[in-house]
Amino acid sequence: MAETLCRVLHNDWVNDTYKHLIVDAAHGAARAAPGQFFHLLCPVIGENAPFFRRPMSVYRIDKAQGRLEFLYKIVGRGTTTLATLAPGDELNVFGPLGRGFRLGADRKHIVQVARGVGLATLAPVAESAGRLGIRTTAILSARSPEHVMSADYLRSVGAEVVAVTDSEGTSDAAAVERRVRSLVERDGGDFFVTCGSNRLLRLLQRLGAEYGIGGEVAMEQPMGCGNGMCFACVGSFRNDEGGTSYRRVCWDGPVFDLQEAIAWST
Amino acid sequence: MVDMSVRIGGVALKNPVMPGSGTMAEGLARVMDLNRIGAIVTKTVTPDRREGCPPPRMVEYKDGSLMAIGIPSQGPDYYIAEILPHYRSFDTPLVCSVSAPTVDAFGAITAKLSAPGVAVIEANISCPNLESDGKAFGMDPEASARVIRRMKASTDRPVWAKLTPNVTDIAAVAQAVEDAGADAVTCANGMLGMAVDVENFQPALGNITGGMTGSCMRPVILRMAWQVARAVKIPVIGSGGIATARDALEYLMVGCAAVQVGTQNFIHATAMLDVIDGIEAFCRRKGVARVRDLTGAMRPRHGLREGQAA
Ligand SMILES: Cc1cc2nc3c(=O)[nH]c(=O)nc-3n(C[C@H](O)[C@H](O)[C@H](O)COP(=O)(O)OP(=O)(O)OC[C@H]3O[C@@H](n4cnc5c(N)ncnc54)[C@H](O)[C@@H]3O)c2cc1C
Ligand SMILES: Cc1cc2nc3c(=O)[nH]c(=O)nc-3n(C[C@H](O)[C@H](O)[C@H](O)COP(=O)(O)O)c2cc1C
Repeated sequence: MAETLCRVLHNDWVNDTYKHLIVDAAHGAARAAPGQFFHLLCPVIGENAPFFRRPMSVYRIDKAQGRLEFLYKIVGRGTTTLATLAPGDELNVFGPLGRGFRLGADRKHIVQVARGVGLATLAPVAESAGRLGIRTTAILSARSPEHVMSADYLRSVGAEVVAVTDSEGTSDAAAVERRVRSLVERDGGDFFVTCGSNRLLRLLQRLGAEYGIGGEVAMEQPMGCGNGMCFACVGSFRNDEGGTSYRRVCWDGPVFDLQEAIAWST
Repeated sequence: MVDMSVRIGGVALKNPVMPGSGTMAEGLARVMDLNRIGAIVTKTVTPDRREGCPPPRMVEYKDGSLMAIGIPSQGPDYYIAEILPHYRSFDTPLVCSVSAPTVDAFGAITAKLSAPGVAVIEANISCPNLESDGKAFGMDPEASARVIRRMKASTDRPVWAKLTPNVTDIAAVAQAVEDAGADAVTCANGMLGMAVDVENFQPALGNITGGMTGSCMRPVILRMAWQVARAVKIPVIGSGGIATARDALEYLMVGCAAVQVGTQNFIHATAMLDVIDGIEAFCRRKGVARVRDLTGAMRPRHGLREGQAA
């Protein structure tokens, strides 16, 4: 794990709110695993002066070409300045950091349910599962069809893709629940993976408990160091003693056991 | 060859650069060789187990941050069993930071943590987030002295006193802990601050108040370090807004014998290595043979008395 200066190869809009960033990062790409993240030093531009780095999950890891890809939503100071990077510019990346997904080869059919920035985090899970010969179905939830970003990529790595959107009225909890139940009951779904929505987290926790199916969730929390040192990014998690305790998202996660996680807000 | 070694209150350090307590953890060893820094300083340990402050725990500014972490602590037994072993393979002296709610408890935890592998005990009498309205022993010279006296009676290790900047006369506190037997003083912890999330009409931090740290604090804490260095004979360790070698040199020149790097470790995990290399390069450029010759090397400006407004 190290801090490295990478060259930006590509940083373009994929729709009105998300950009796709590709950097040349042989060192990071060789080591990164699905669910891990890099801590990016966003440039300081005028009034936008992000002090700390900003965490971004790896969206794609191209070990062969030594490239890292990120898919990010522009929400505030850091992502605004990140969006100004042009091919040829340098970006300081620190990582890979955190604990990624643990995809045991004994799984048969992973059901992944993602929304928003969660699409970026879960994309490499499908790719890894494909290499391990594990079937993956990805339920991608988004505001509208143009915000369903990684469908083609997921299909190209062998995942079956189900897109559900608010604008088409297919993304409500009841509809997603029917999909997931059917994947478990008829298609042998035996592991849940999720990111990006508290509503979907609660749904999978309920279904996981009901069917006795395990799973993992990638959590997010604003971060200071990203390396387990500052304890700024803690959230509450269920502990062994039947209570809850704070754990560091950057160090103990960002990927946690599905049932240990607690949806932090609505 | 520049002699980078320093002696701080009874321990020899290979160079004058170490982390501030609570700004490094095991993760740092994955990023750099801990044998290169002057000392390892671990996060403050308290006698009881605590969870720390409720999130949100941080607010950032252009040149610093406001954090309210509290002291998440698993207690001294856990520290000895789980934290110390991580650092056993390094030959760098380990400074164990402790805090406690009473003088007695300060004594007890100091005795307990004077374990093999611990070279120094640093007294965190300054942490502003101890869930007691931001008040701390360090705000009162008498209370600070009582803590240090009890700690000195409870251990054969050197005791460093880490001061709080949330006082009007920091030199008085420094003198009190020196008289009580402290082997060095660290100046200083975070400055109490707060922020409001105006959109939601609520405090930005779960704990309401937090510690302001980072570069924006440097002029203020540097001034305090200068005042403390003039008031005591024991070594002073500067801690406040050090991000570069130049920043560290300021502290050395106003009278510090060593420095602690804090918040900057969060942005550049290898910041301490750059500070060490930069100090060494400066010494070579200026023909300074020993880094300890930089301590107090600031010369008065011609024609002005010290402290006189220009
Ligand atoms: C492990 C991890 C992986 C992530 N991966 C991705 C990703 O692949 N793609 C992506 O678009 N985003 C991802 N995020 C979220 C991303 O880090 C934040 O959106 C980003 O830090 C916001 O920075 P900003 O300066 O633009 O916004 P700020 O100006 O700092 O804040 C804008 C808003 O975003 C919230 N926010 C700030 N930081 C975070 C954070 N770290 N997590 C959640 N909310 C935050 C703030 O509370 C505020 O409401 C990830 C977060 C984590 C912790
Ligand atoms: C997140 C965080 C946690 C800290 N925890 C402790 C602590 O446990 N004990 C302590 O004595 N000081 C603690 N400090 C204070 C630092 O050690 C240091 O004195 C302070 O941050 C000033 O230095 P800086 O401006 O370089 O950060 C903490 C500071 C930060 C930012």
